[in-house]
Amino acid sequence: MNPRMMLATTGRVLDQLRHDHRSVALILVVPALLLTAVYYLFENETLPPGFPRTFDRVGLMMLAIFPFVVMFLVTSITMLRERTSGTLERLLTTPIHKADLLFGYAFAFSIMAALQSLVATAVAYWIFNLDIKGGPGYVVLIAVINAVLGVALGLLCSAFARTEFQAVQFMPVVVVPQILLCGLFVAREHMNSVLESISNVLPLTFSVDALQQIADHTEATQAMWQDAGVMAAIVVGVLVLASFTLRRRTS
Amino acid sequence: MSRSAPGSISPDVRPAVMAEGLHVTRGRKKILRGLDFAMEPGKITGLLGPSGSGKTTLMRCIVGVQRLTAGSVDVLGRPAGTPSLRHDVGYVTQAPSVYPDLSVEANVRYFGAMHGATAADTAEAIAAVGLGNLARQKTAQLSGGEFSRVSLACALVSHPKLLVLDEPTVGLDPVLRAELWERFAAMAGSGTTLLVSSHVMEEASHCSSLLLLRDGLLLAQLTPAELSERGHSNDLEQAFLHIIQETAVSNRRNANESQVAS
Repeated sequence: MNPRMMLATTGRVLDQLRHDHRSVALILVVPALLLTAVYYLFENETLPPGFPRTFDRVGLMMLAIFPFVVMFLVTSITMLRERTSGTLERLLTTPIHKADLLFGYAFAFSIMAALQSLVATAVAYWIFNLDIKGGPGYVVLIAVINAVLGVALGLLCSAFARTEFQAVQFMPVVVVPQILLCGLFVAREHMNSVLESISNVLPLTFSVDALQQIADHTEATQAMWQDAGVMAAIVVGVLVLASFTLRRRTS
Repeated sequence: MSRSAPGSISPDVRPAVMAEGLHVTRGRKKILRGLDFAMEPGKITGLLGPSGSGKTTLMRCIVGVQRLTAGSVDVLGRPAGTPSLRHDVGYVTQAPSVYPDLSVEANVRYFGAMHGATAADTAEAIAAVGLGNLARQKTAQLSGGEFSRVSLACALVSHPKLLVLDEPTVGLDPVLRAELWERFAAMAGSGTTLLVSSHVMEEASHCSSLLLLRDGLLLAQLTPAELSERGHSNDLEQAFLHIIQETAVSNRRNANESQVAS
């Protein structure tokens, strides 16, 4: 690892993003707008007194799911471009270490993810009065880990796509099952045993679990840290797998 | 295989690049079929041949990104692809490999960062390819010729000892082409070894030594003067065609022999 090369990569990726106003809007504005839509979907629900609003549960989970989806999409396309334009091969003829490249990417998108979740969380708290027990800081932390997970999976999946069209095809394969099975639609304990055991090993499940811990407790719980730790381990594992797809020598 | 001795280098100079029995097979296709040659340091070597003759694959071998099927390539005394060579070898691919959504300066600065290049190095590399007044332009907005020069600047910024250029003058106007060749000559003068591929034979005259490649075989290594002499023409294109015809016959005769030799 070489911090100079890693930071140069981070700066370069952010510089590219800065010129791309649509992607910036996709990252910063779209999640807040979607959150607004979710709020108004449940605006007129009638609740027994003392019963938590659906928005407090679903809106909270959205704060973790948005960064995951958006970062997966942005990263897989960006990395695919890097592979197909020849810049990746060129970079790998320079002294840059693969880890500098991967962590440079992950760091750049983590910064964007942090900004994204700050915006979305602020909207959820201040405009829609999201009512959970835990602090917003933990929500942002989990959102950022989720974003990095999206980055790592995007970097990995880009290796198996030859065109941008193929890269987008990974969305329904890699992303949608995790959203379906993470406990957003049906609580995981109510799933049949097959779906539940699949759900048990999907990364997004851990972040939804962590957010539920934050919602139910004023202080950070052991279980939340454990979920965060598992996710971080998955991120590192996926990044290591992604590094195997960067080959300096090809046939 | 016919290889002319005068084009090769004298034994007391350590070659910048040395290939021995180099074979590359992709799938079932034999791309390179046993190349042996040495490149003199501090000189411009031209790699010439029709498209599909294996020029790019040979360059990839030298840069160290190509898996070899057999044989060896040594660059600056070390096997090609050795990590320590990554500081010393610059590679400009045929299709410009730069980031179109970044400015010229940002591109050069980024690739320079891999070699610890300073802001002055960046400015120098941009000026060297004549893009000084376009430094802040987004690369995507440049013309085709300017775009490919950005790619060249990204290689110059590291001051490589060996610079491998795949068709660097394609799509450039004659004035610019002449300027670039002057630039390459100046670099060779200050000790850089250059390998420049082209399928335009008239560019051969700028090189000190030529590698003539056809169908993955080295037809000859010679100087431009020797080329016109052996090809019985001052027109290097005609001379090359003549040599192809001449060797086509002898190659067929020596096919079995050269297979044993490699």
